[in-house]
Amino acid sequence: MYFAKEVLESSSRMRQRWEDEVKKLVSKWPDQKPEAQWSTVSDLPIKRLYTPEDIKDMDFERDIGYPGQYPYLRGNQVTGYRGKYWTFRMFSGMGDAATTNARWHLLLKEGQTGLSTAFDFPTLMGYDTDSPKARGECGKCGVAIDTLEDFLVLTKGIPLDKITTSMTINPPATALWAMYCAAAELQGIPLTKIGGTIQNDMLKEFIAQKTLMCPPEPSVKLISDTVEFGTLKVPKWNTISISGYHIREAGSTAVQELAFTLRDGMEYVEDVIRRKKLDVDAFAPRLSFFFNSHIDFFEEICKMRAARRIWAKAMKERYKAKDERSWWMRFHTQTAGCSLTAQQPYNNVVRTATEALAAVLGGTQSLHTNSLDEVWCLPSDFAVQIALRTQQLIAEETGAANTIDPLAGSYFVEALTNEMEKQAWEYIHKIDDMGGMVAAIEKGFPQLEISDAAYKFQRQIDAGEKIMVGVNKYVSQEKESIPFLEIDDRIETEQIERLNAVRRKRDGKAVKKCLDDLKQACKKGENVMPYCIEAVKALCSVQEICDVYREVYGEYRDPGLY
Amino acid sequence: MAERKLRVMVAKPGLDGHDRGARVLARCFRDAGYEVIYTGCHQTPEQIVSAVIQEDVDLLGLSCLSGAHRYLYPAVTKLMKEKGIDDVTVIGGGIIPDQDFQLMYDAGLKAIFTPGTTLESIINWINTNVKPRN
Amino acid sequence: METTKKIKGGDIRAASRLIRNLEDRIPEAKTTIKHLFPLTGKAHVIGITGSPGAGKSTLTDGLIDCFRRKGKTVGVLAVDPTSPFTGGAILGDRIRMQRHAEDPGVFVRSLATRGALGGLAKAVGDAIHVMDVLGKDIIIVETVGTGQQEVDIINHSHTVLVVLVPGMGDEIQAIKAGILEIADIFVVNKADREGSSKLSRELMAMLDMAPPSTFQGGWRPPIMKVENAFEPVGFNKALEDIASKIEEHHQHLIEKNILGDRMRRKATVELNEAIRACILEPVLQKLIGSGEMAGMIDKVMKKEVDPYTVAEDIAKRYLEGCL
Repeated sequence: MYFAKEVLESSSRMRQRWEDEVKKLVSKWPDQKPEAQWSTVSDLPIKRLYTPEDIKDMDFERDIGYPGQYPYLRGNQVTGYRGKYWTFRMFSGMGDAATTNARWHLLLKEGQTGLSTAFDFPTLMGYDTDSPKARGECGKCGVAIDTLEDFLVLTKGIPLDKITTSMTINPPATALWAMYCAAAELQGIPLTKIGGTIQNDMLKEFIAQKTLMCPPEPSVKLISDTVEFGTLKVPKWNTISISGYHIREAGSTAVQELAFTLRDGMEYVEDVIRRKKLDVDAFAPRLSFFFNSHIDFFEEICKMRAARRIWAKAMKERYKAKDERSWWMRFHTQTAGCSLTAQQPYNNVVRTATEALAAVLGGTQSLHTNSLDEVWCLPSDFAVQIALRTQQLIAEETGAANTIDPLAGSYFVEALTNEMEKQAWEYIHKIDDMGGMVAAIEKGFPQLEISDAAYKFQRQIDAGEKIMVGVNKYVSQEKESIPFLEIDDRIETEQIERLNAVRRKRDGKAVKKCLDDLKQACKKGENVMPYCIEAVKALCSVQEICDVYREVYGEYRDPGLY
Repeated sequence: MAERKLRVMVAKPGLDGHDRGARVLARCFRDAGYEVIYTGCHQTPEQIVSAVIQEDVDLLGLSCLSGAHRYLYPAVTKLMKEKGIDDVTVIGGGIIPDQDFQLMYDAGLKAIFTPGTTLESIINWINTNVKPRN
Repeated sequence: METTKKIKGGDIRAASRLIRNLEDRIPEAKTTIKHLFPLTGKAHVIGITGSPGAGKSTLTDGLIDCFRRKGKTVGVLAVDPTSPFTGGAILGDRIRMQRHAEDPGVFVRSLATRGALGGLAKAVGDAIHVMDVLGKDIIIVETVGTGQQEVDIINHSHTVLVVLVPGMGDEIQAIKAGILEIADIFVVNKADREGSSKLSRELMAMLDMAPPSTFQGGWRPPIMKVENAFEPVGFNKALEDIASKIEEHHQHLIEKNILGDRMRRKATVELNEAIRACILEPVLQKLIGSGEMAGMIDKVMKKEVDPYTVAEDIAKRYLEGCL
């Protein structure tokens, strides 16, 4: 029992009195909106008041504990943020490699402490800039990378042994990571010294983000290859960033984001063990996660805390991991893009700030804050600086980093954390019963849950049951205009010229040999990473490598579940 | 004689796979009583236009959030003109900055719906401006 | 007639528009169909039915590939359900066949059921005629896929594929719904899943128990397996086998002279439906328009008269020409 009997008895007594008084007042002056609308943005019902009775069944040691101790509800790090702030890691990429390199240097100068790469769509989908499918897309939502030459421009002047880099890349992850490894080697840095993350989480692509290439089975195989390679050769690298951000952006509820993300993680763990015969402790410490921080402040904090506890339990009890680092759930967070509005865009600064604060109170290891103009375009220098300063301000001025897990013990926060964990486990077990996440995806289960939630939310916005300030309440008649960052259409032509120059200068025979070797490796089921590194060094392009995968493994088409 | 149903298509041209809006719209159109063909993501302009012809739709809605609308939307409307089906109403949505609106209108789009638009306003626009073609 | 000429000339837009007019019951469309009717009967019509999630669209997509490689042109009518509440429909089968969108030899047309039960839309029968005159060698009709009572397909197809998936309770549901009797070919899809052998055995047993007269001309429906759709080599081979089996069945119908039976069945259904539409709808319209219907409904509601007596009276008046 978490509270002494006397405490619960007093609470019960005092609560009775309070409830009677509420009843009397509400009958004369009703609440501003009906009970059901006092819920989280994900429709989790929230009570008017939380009391000790709401968490009476908690066990301090079993359920809450201490930082750095199982089940890690209060965090993995014993020293909290005093030892190290979360990494200020701004997701960025725009136009060509040179422009992005300049933005990266600017952000580092302004105090960001980790890099995060946004690629353009052709790169994300494994196409070269001159592919007919890529027309109009070059550099528009991230940096265009076709070959190692581009990558070297991107990383020019960046000491890859001193800074960690995250790359948001999925089907072509092996190719881009190979480029990073090659770039490090060219800087004279051994692979054992480089640190970073590749997103490399195909399950969430099938569920939500839809950068698709090969079917589920071979996609998971390629991921296992990276996990194995990282375990053996690049020990400081996080080879998967198991993501919930995109699941949430696609319209899921917070509980769905929590459950589907962690269940994806479990699927990878099972696959690596089964396929690579690795011991779970050999690779689990390098699994990392990526969550959304949405606008409902407490729901997000509780979600992140629940995630730590669920993962710890899963790793210890379900997968019998022995190394405590395997029980840690380490995560990066991004504030919610879908919460930002095109109307009255300066309000977005406030949204991002509260979402960032929630992530900090939730104990994130790394954070990206959105810029106010990202509803419209890639962030301008002006907007991205505000976004970065938001994190720095929270770290240095608000006191939020002074103490570890400050909201622990709050009746509300602990009750909501418990409830979210409970609901997440229900989803996890449901997916288990379906035969696992790949099976659930084939049945369309997570996709349809997300579609339902997205549609419901839009209907609620339209009906005014949920408010977005500036959109359906406190609307201005005048349109606020803000400076937009435009990516010049000419960049596409210039990038194609660069690509053609590379094709002319490289050794065609070496290219062919590397791609053939890669194809053989795929067919034999070998680990593709060493072959990818050779291929990128020979200046094979992203598409040339991905075309090998397409040929051997087949192409997956989005079944278009709505 | 049964009443004429409106046939509409929701299509995502280009490489952008962010389909939350497109899927919400597909459901919304169904709930408004239309027959909706959803093409899924990653469609080329040629695939979209071919589908428009085969499905005899009255309205084509394009969705793109990657910034590639400047090339893709006009590519679709140009192809529709070449095939003689530019009597089909085309509307667009997604991440379209204000300064690109004129480019879109010049390309033949009749309306642009950007973030913050209510479903009801889209349906009202369609019911007012789009009729089953004869 | 203009439209007839266009359709004979292979104009897809005109064909799709005609199908639209048929769906919307525009009178001119019926006139056009009258012109097209004598030109129909050349295409091989394949019906594909099975429960939701059985993978019909993926199979159709693969079959299109196979038939195109054999040099045949393909038309597809993909049916999806109309929402009974809103009257709208999301027609989502096309997505799985969109890779053929640019192939001029393939014409995919989505239809909504518009309240029709039985797995198809009312306009499907005529839509098949349109595709036939358009020159499609193969016409694939994909039913809604609610599984139960989807037997209308048999009235329009020469060859019916029934698609089942292990572990979805398909076996029992299908047996109950009478779907099994209409199958010319069984396809066990996603056959790499657990329960696949059991399903095949149950189908086999059911076929063993059926009286020989069930098998038209001696055609015992084969049970064909399709495994992982994502494993391209195996999947394509399985689909090639199915396509060949479909052609074999078509040959069988011709050789054993059964094609005529199927066409007689279709003609019967078409005629019955046409007569029903021609007689019942105008009668109802007249009764509603004159207000007589409202009055009769009142009386039935108040139990002053039963509906059967009312109907008999209307029939009598109609047949005597007094309506």
